[in-house]
Amino acid sequence: MTVISARGLRKTYGANVAVDGIDLTVARGEVFALLGPNGAGKTTTVEILEGHRQRDGGEVKVLGEDPGTAGRAWRAKLGIVLQTATDAAELTVRETVRHFAKYYPSPRDPDEVIDVCGLAEKAGARVRSLSGGQRRRVDVALGIIGRPELLFLDEPTTGFDPEARRQFWSLIRRLANEGTTILLTTHYLDEAEALAGRLAVVARGRLIAEGTPQTIGGRSTVAATVTWRDSNGEHREETSDPVEFVAKLTARGDRTMSDLRVHSPSLEDIYLDLIGERV
Amino acid sequence: MTSTAVVDAPARTGSTRTPRLPSTLQVGLSRGMIELKQFFRQKDAVIFTFAFPAFLTFMLGTIYDEPAHGTDVTMSQIFAAGMIAYGILSTAFISMGVGISVDREDGTLKRLRGTPVTAGAYFIGKIILVAVAAIAETVLLLAVGVLLFDVELPTDPARWLTFAWLLPLSIVSCTLLGIAASSLARSAKSAPAVLNLPAIGLQFISGIFVHIAALPDAMVQVAAFFPVKWMGQGFRSVFLPDSMAAQEAAGAWEHGMTALVLGAWCVIGLVLCLVTFRWTERRTR
Repeated sequence: MTVISARGLRKTYGANVAVDGIDLTVARGEVFALLGPNGAGKTTTVEILEGHRQRDGGEVKVLGEDPGTAGRAWRAKLGIVLQTATDAAELTVRETVRHFAKYYPSPRDPDEVIDVCGLAEKAGARVRSLSGGQRRRVDVALGIIGRPELLFLDEPTTGFDPEARRQFWSLIRRLANEGTTILLTTHYLDEAEALAGRLAVVARGRLIAEGTPQTIGGRSTVAATVTWRDSNGEHREETSDPVEFVAKLTARGDRTMSDLRVHSPSLEDIYLDLIGERV
Repeated sequence: MTSTAVVDAPARTGSTRTPRLPSTLQVGLSRGMIELKQFFRQKDAVIFTFAFPAFLTFMLGTIYDEPAHGTDVTMSQIFAAGMIAYGILSTAFISMGVGISVDREDGTLKRLRGTPVTAGAYFIGKIILVAVAAIAETVLLLAVGVLLFDVELPTDPARWLTFAWLLPLSIVSCTLLGIAASSLARSAKSAPAVLNLPAIGLQFISGIFVHIAALPDAMVQVAAFFPVKWMGQGFRSVFLPDSMAAQEAAGAWEHGMTALVLGAWCVIGLVLCLVTFRWTERRTR
């Protein structure tokens, strides 16, 4: 079942075209990542899907409704984790989460959500006193308290230390396992690779590639590079079958050979190629 | 993040039970509690908000302590009674206008926009906050007037009846105008400046900071279009002897006119709110 479908999505600010005809389909239970450089149109796209912005053109359905006109019942099925918010500074974590639970028809248990988001020790602390990473976890807690069917995460781990990111990832995986559909924007490629089942790259308001982390941009069919060194110096060979190539190479029995490496393109290589081609 | 806790599963469409959304009133009352908590925990802001009108009453009342021309009522008492209008304007109009600008900038409104919360519930929360703050301010100003300047609290129930309609009309009209005015400010930083200019100007021409009998007629005629003049006049009618009515612009307390003007501003304020309220900052549209 389709949770998000967009056809020919457009948004302009004056002469500046922020989103220039994006098509997008996300199925129930998917974790879908939108990648792209700053200013590519990721956030604008997501904010149109969230109902925060009006589009200038195209067809959009989110959970079966047009986000531009959908009402309260529709919003109750969404969870939105904002990119920047500094509200509720004087409330404690527990007060904030409990209060937001009152907005929804069938919320999760606030104390459980606080626990799952790793905030149990900070439950009694004022939001003002939290670190940046803890503050983001409050945002996530408020995003999931209403038991959303669809969760929007806009650059959720910006400013996290590596450990906090891993913890955050495991939380997202758990939500995904329980059937929550997740749309994620990020500019961390490892994050997209770790979390997303499918992803798309946005540049200059257009979708320039779409696929799984393994196949996007032709990643699975792009040639691997084998490099080595021997008495004749350094060598570099591109091959579609690196296993076969290396077997033949080592069968020569050349004792001077060293530093043999097989390099498959990382998601980052593919991404930079994609961006480099178009920008 | 703990690994033992389990998050229960998300709701699915087509599930057999679809619980009802909480009502606007329910959510609004809950927001009122949260607004009050947030407000009263900002100690410096609370002290400044409450103390400033009281401080002005104290200063003006101490400087002008002689009886008003041809009466036995002191200028201090006149200021103390009229300053209640400033207290309400300051807590309702300015606090509300600045508060909404802050909510728009720090993400409060954007976050709420992404939830089932209605604009109505948000405003109920704000009105609860403002009502509590404005009543507390009024009590404080009355305490200053009674303790320092011998203002006598009326014993006539008719005067308390006047107070009973005057206070809510004043709070509601100032609150609605504050909401509307919040749209004028481009940012939370500029909001206090943008809102204070008209507010302070009105205090002067409406006979709150200066005795109304001392003002040029033209000024009072301009002020008569706005709520503050009528609020000040109304509160003087509650707390000063009836003989003081002669000092007013019309030589009378004009209760009917006061109710009419404040009522009209409530309607104008509501219309302006509905037309101008924005969930987000202008530049992000």
